[in-house]
Amino acid sequence: MDIVIYGFIQSVALLLMAFGFSLVYGVSRLPNFAHGALYVLTGFVAWAFVNRAGWPYPLAVVGALAVAGLAGLLLYQLVLKRIRGMEMSEVIASYAIGLAILEGLRWWGFRGGTHALPTVSDGVAFPFDVPVDHQRLLVVGVGAALLVGIWAYTRFSKAGLALRAIAQDERAAMMLGIDSDRTGMLAVALGSALAGLAAVVIFPLGSIVIEEGYKVLIYALAVCVVGGLGSWVGTVLASFLLGFAQYVTVAYGKPHYQMVVMLLAIVVTLVVRPSGLFGRQKSLEERV
Amino acid sequence: MSGTGPILELRNVSMHFGGIRAVENVSFRVEPGEVVGIIGPNGSGKTTLINCITGFLKPTRGKVLFHGRDITGMPAHKVAQLGITRTFQIMRPYHSLPAYKNLVVPLCSPRARRTGGWRGGGRHGDRDTVALDILEELGFERDSRVPFQAAGTLPTGYLKRLELGRCLALSPEVLICDEVFSGLSASEIASLVPLIRRINEQGLTILMIEHRLRELFQVARRVVALSYGEKITEGPPEEVTAHPKVREAYLGSEEEGC
Amino acid sequence: MNAQPQRRKERIDRGIKARAETIYALSSLEELAYLLGPRLLFIVGFLALPLILAPWPYWHRVALSVCVLGLVSVSFDFLANQVGLVSLGGAFFFGVGGYTAALLNTAWGLPPVLAIGLATVVGAGICAVLISPCLPLRGIYFAIVTLMYPLLMTRIIEAADILGGTEGFRGIAGFSSVWTEAYGLILGLLVGVFGLRRYLAEDAGLVIRAVKENDQSVRASGISVAGVRFKALYLAGLLGCFAGAYYVHMYRSVGISAFALDLSILPIAATVIGGGGTLVGPVIGSLILVPLSEVLRDFGSLRIVVYSLVLAGFVVFRSEGILVFAARKYQQFERWVEV
Repeated sequence: MDIVIYGFIQSVALLLMAFGFSLVYGVSRLPNFAHGALYVLTGFVAWAFVNRAGWPYPLAVVGALAVAGLAGLLLYQLVLKRIRGMEMSEVIASYAIGLAILEGLRWWGFRGGTHALPTVSDGVAFPFDVPVDHQRLLVVGVGAALLVGIWAYTRFSKAGLALRAIAQDERAAMMLGIDSDRTGMLAVALGSALAGLAAVVIFPLGSIVIEEGYKVLIYALAVCVVGGLGSWVGTVLASFLLGFAQYVTVAYGKPHYQMVVMLLAIVVTLVVRPSGLFGRQKSLEERV
Repeated sequence: MSGTGPILELRNVSMHFGGIRAVENVSFRVEPGEVVGIIGPNGSGKTTLINCITGFLKPTRGKVLFHGRDITGMPAHKVAQLGITRTFQIMRPYHSLPAYKNLVVPLCSPRARRTGGWRGGGRHGDRDTVALDILEELGFERDSRVPFQAAGTLPTGYLKRLELGRCLALSPEVLICDEVFSGLSASEIASLVPLIRRINEQGLTILMIEHRLRELFQVARRVVALSYGEKITEGPPEEVTAHPKVREAYLGSEEEGC
Repeated sequence: MNAQPQRRKERIDRGIKARAETIYALSSLEELAYLLGPRLLFIVGFLALPLILAPWPYWHRVALSVCVLGLVSVSFDFLANQVGLVSLGGAFFFGVGGYTAALLNTAWGLPPVLAIGLATVVGAGICAVLISPCLPLRGIYFAIVTLMYPLLMTRIIEAADILGGTEGFRGIAGFSSVWTEAYGLILGLLVGVFGLRRYLAEDAGLVIRAVKENDQSVRASGISVAGVRFKALYLAGLLGCFAGAYYVHMYRSVGISAFALDLSILPIAATVIGGGGTLVGPVIGSLILVPLSEVLRDFGSLRIVVYSLVLAGFVVFRSEGILVFAARKYQQFERWVEV
């Protein structure tokens, strides 16, 4: 039962980490390689709001999410907008910005394992007789709420429908009067806020370290590549596949192999089936 | 060349994309030295059929034989090396390279090295010169700047010839032309027709996909008609155009259009 | 419309190019000097570098680091701008070359020159074979997968505790003298850069450029695209592995830092700054970035911030890079003309 419960929690955590990346790529075909940096940035901003500015925790979380969204917005307006459509430039520029954010934070003095966000409660619950602390339950709760929220948003709200329209066919959507520039900005801002959301619920489980930024980017890439870049259903299913794979490697192998599993998943998927398990693109498009 | 059988033979070739049947059960033969036309309305599977023959697609079912040898599903570059080359409907030059350098690329292929490429000139001697020779044959004025211009800056008429040149550089046995006349003016076509005839007279077997029937019939002595991926009929041009199904599927709509 | 200025800038090529790109019509010694000048300056400059810097051992070392990074950058530039494969894993070549040389030297006792030579040739082969399954991928997919290769190596070495684990190898033989060390590397760089440029000007290089422009046409011409890319990958691997192998012998040790991210991102920055597609540009870029990074060494990770931002800036403003800009200025007159 341990495997089922903890594997499930690990999977939801992965989904939270990856969803922002998947959303941005799915909607605007923008590979946001600064995703992991935005994740760490939000963690440190929340920490600074609590410990330096003395804000109450809920306010600090809301503030940090706003900062993340704003950072995404700036990233789009200042960087990505100018190189829209040049895929490799998008990758390299966003990656460089992410690197600058992470190493800038390190230089600023956020290093070592001394920074941590408080947990919501230290209590432990026993679903199916397995001890699970409340923070992990929160991760699952937020993950579920996110899925339902996104589903409802893209089904029923006008802006959400525009996002879906663009995700399906950008050119056709533009002809119907949907502004692809505005949705691109919206998508990157939303994706960054989602990275931030993942950060504020997951960071309390450990401490905030710079290396998490690189790790989260790789996790997000792994989930999205295995699920098929741009496929939201694929993202959800791949999180569960990789989440359980990760938990099993940690439980029965060496924790060191956790990362190896993710990296191998990326390489093997791209070699064998580049469109991923649920990719919508025909394989011809990304192959020669 | 070898033996007396057909140079190219399709046996029940089908190509399906998911549920879409782009080509269904098409069979025909091409004899050495022939010029065969393939006609059919838009979306009747002509280009897909070419892709199946030249290895750009692997047919779902059926066989493609070259000199009686099974070449179904062989990778595209191997098919080209055997001597079946094609032009692309959407021209694919190397935009930034000068026009003549576009032809040096095929002259570097293993087939051109083995056979010497066009008229054997590539085996020894300068590939650049051979490339310029081919271009001259195709109507690029040698003393002008045209052969040295970047291919991306050439007008459509020249690009079509460049596509042909890329195929001829390999000294192929079979040349497959995917709508070489499309997008050209009447006078440009008029100058291309004798060129294709001349290529045929040099011993090449030619398979032409074409929309421009009047011009096609000036070179092709036999025509295969496709509609919705299936072969309706084949035979001499007059017979095929008289066929009621062809009139219904193709000519009828063209008469309305014109 | 009338408000438009009535003058515009006109650019005129200096007239020594005849018809096509690589054919020149030279009519005087002056023109010969004009053509060869920049090349000679580059070559002589690099050859003189160790002599000039001899009194300052620290900067002598930095100059050698420029060469090492320059090699990795040229390898990136070649793959990205000539072959059309943007690799984010330059560190993979570097690390494989370094580890191969270390093994050859410590396990088989090969002298540095042999170890480096063999590691270059064999290492490039290993890299090309390992990456070859990813060759059909393009664009962002190839970038992602190559980003993973060096990371995967690091994690496997760590987790499985092979190849010296996190410790790596120490006690690798150094060079017999400072001069062999310096000139071996500089010659390697010059041969690498001008060798690749020569190769690209040949017909074989033409095929590589053709693959980048239009792979379908190349296939229709009877040439295997995968084969061409594999060859190109091997050539890029030669440069990267040579750099790695040389570096290992210079510093007499190797560890998982040979696969570090720095070595993947710095070459990209050097290429973008120096001017992509020129093969010399990346060397110029390294010549700027490495000393800059040395000056900023005391500020820790701030130097990574600096060159990341510079890189992002160059990409965002679609800069052509220093060398491309300089070459244009060198080869063209500009003047204002009345419209």
